[in-house]
Amino acid sequence: MKKLIAMLMALVLCFGLVACGGGSSDDADTADTAAAFKIGCTGPLTGDAAIYGQAVKYGLEIAIEEVNALGGIQLELQYEDDVADGETALNAYNKLIDDGMQIFAGTVTSGAGQAVAPQAYEDQIFMLTPSASSPEVVEGKDNVFQVCFTDPNQGSASATYIKENMGDKTIAVIYRNDDAYSQGIRDTFAAQAATEGLNVVYEGTFTKDTATDFSVQLTAAQAAGADVLFLPIYYQPASVILAQADAMGYAPIFFGVDGMDGILTMEGFNTELAEGVMLLTPFSADAEDELTKNFVAKYQALAGETPNQFAADAYDVIYVIYNALNEAGCTADMSYTEICEALKSTIVNMSYTGLTGSDMTWAATGEVTKMPTAVIIENGVYVGA
Amino acid sequence: MLNKIKNLKSTTKVDFATYFGVIVAFIVITILMNQGMLKRAHVGMLVPICSYITMAVALNLVVGISGELSLGHAGFMSIGAFTGVIAAMSLTSAIPSEPIRLAVAMVVAAVCSGAAGAVIGIPVLRLRGDYLAIVTLAFGEIIKELMNCLIVGHDSEGLHIIFNYNGSKSVEDLHMLTDGAVIVKGAQGTVNVDTISTFAAGFVLVMVTLVIVLNLVRSRSGRAILACRDNRIAAESVGINVTSYKMMAFVTSAALAGAAGALYGLNFSSMQATKFDFNQSILVLVFVVLGGLGNIWGSIIAATVLYILPEALREVADLRMLVYAIVLIVVMLATNSPAVKNVLSKILPKRRKEMD
Repeated sequence: MKKLIAMLMALVLCFGLVACGGGSSDDADTADTAAAFKIGCTGPLTGDAAIYGQAVKYGLEIAIEEVNALGGIQLELQYEDDVADGETALNAYNKLIDDGMQIFAGTVTSGAGQAVAPQAYEDQIFMLTPSASSPEVVEGKDNVFQVCFTDPNQGSASATYIKENMGDKTIAVIYRNDDAYSQGIRDTFAAQAATEGLNVVYEGTFTKDTATDFSVQLTAAQAAGADVLFLPIYYQPASVILAQADAMGYAPIFFGVDGMDGILTMEGFNTELAEGVMLLTPFSADAEDELTKNFVAKYQALAGETPNQFAADAYDVIYVIYNALNEAGCTADMSYTEICEALKSTIVNMSYTGLTGSDMTWAATGEVTKMPTAVIIENGVYVGA
Repeated sequence: MLNKIKNLKSTTKVDFATYFGVIVAFIVITILMNQGMLKRAHVGMLVPICSYITMAVALNLVVGISGELSLGHAGFMSIGAFTGVIAAMSLTSAIPSEPIRLAVAMVVAAVCSGAAGAVIGIPVLRLRGDYLAIVTLAFGEIIKELMNCLIVGHDSEGLHIIFNYNGSKSVEDLHMLTDGAVIVKGAQGTVNVDTISTFAAGFVLVMVTLVIVLNLVRSRSGRAILACRDNRIAAESVGINVTSYKMMAFVTSAALAGAAGALYGLNFSSMQATKFDFNQSILVLVFVVLGGLGNIWGSIIAATVLYILPEALREVADLRMLVYAIVLIVVMLATNSPAVKNVLSKILPKRRKEMD
């Protein structure tokens, strides 16, 4: 009998949750206006990469609120969780299409992007991803564009930067070889490092399952006498590396790329460990221009933390779409293929200055041209290096 | 005719009902799809569901019927997915017909995956107890790492395959001709795959799987497999070769899982080896356990419902995985609760008879 009661209570709880959730999504629906463009996005709201998905969501929301307040073109966002997984992302994308999406502003992660982009190409819906940086996402698709750098771009830019600023130092690389993003950056870094004549003394790998202990790689890097540790990885394993390097008294210059962004807002991470870490990112939250200040203030009010590059990319996505829609003279009653036709010829002829770069332009291949900047973490904030 | 059906054994009736149910479901969904009554989101889930049903039925053969715990079935799925994709992509010009190419890819996947099953099974199935579970667990992880190192391309000279075991190789090392295309790109997984999987192919795969598994289970060999599960010593004493019968079940299951993997892999333009991790194995095991060990139609329903559930719960947004977990717990409790069984027995007269 007790079991039965327990079960009934579980059922009640379950339905209660469904009811609550249903309620909150209804609230979102009331914002519907007849003449709004429907923008869809998928990103990880749960799972390992949730910080990115969440940041993109906030970034999109802030920009859409601003755009809608301007009174011109109205935008409306629908955001679905994809757990950074291709299969789930495709399901979420299909749902978004069902719900009348006209422009796709996803995906957040590369693996999901590789699975969804071909479908978006087949459907001919305009796709502008904030942060899916793998070249496979845009390759061979005339309607898919990126706001972030591609992985190869980041790898070669890092090698060039290190050559210019610390060319005489010895370098070690630790990267995750079962991750498209990390392996992609490492490959181009290694190629560029060879042409630049950088002294790479050690390369260590890890996988998703071995991302909790780096003592072997760190000891080897230390033994090889590396002064610079290049980490083309996400912030979670990077935080473990920082902690373990600190514990063993190894203090090289840590150099990361955009995946390192987010480390300061990670729960339970001692930000003192990140002091002096350098990273290549197109966005730094301490920049003094009005645009950045305004965005950072709004983001802090909404999310209660400093925005990272993903949020800034997402913010730019909305403004790029907004500008392109205005320029192309699209109206909200157009079908997604009509909008796509108009936008893909507009975006290659426009230039945009936003949070993550000035005078950004797009090639027909979908890649963006903008300048990366290096930042150093000092007293828990990014400072331009 | 009716009399004939009445005189059938109850197991045969269940088997026919299972075939019948799957066929009816296929016809209904196809009609709905042609009428345009299904949403994109639903249509997109059909092929993965077929693939997971096949996985669940295949795993049920090992876990439910042969009584060995396999925790690495995603590994077989992975082998099937990658070999299937490689076969299909490299045969693009040789076999222009998509359905035939898909069928060939599935066969290749089944053979490779079955061979891997045999390699694992030969040493391990001689052991008793939980060793198979541990070895298959390790096997799944090893396969994931191996597939991660795989770089494959295809050009007019044929296939180019390298193992990037120390992480220093990249696509350039394939030295392909200019007409070549990369199929598997290491950690980035398969890229630019022609998505030739269809729901009809998925249906055929599920039916073939059912025919193979149900016929195996009801055959002389199937009874021997059941005997090994129920009492190994007794089975040995009447002259049943326990290892070879367990091998039969295990290799069949691995081959079917491989075919399911090929269907799955050819449904997505891109997939990564990390998709087939321990969680994936457990997901399929959950389908099997929830559907009932040894219960084939239960696996089919559990796989379908549990695949759709997280997608259907998108309305609940943030709470969806929580609700999913609660539903799992409720179903587990409900199917095992004597109180619920009592209620059911009052509704279903047949159950009452069984209980009496």
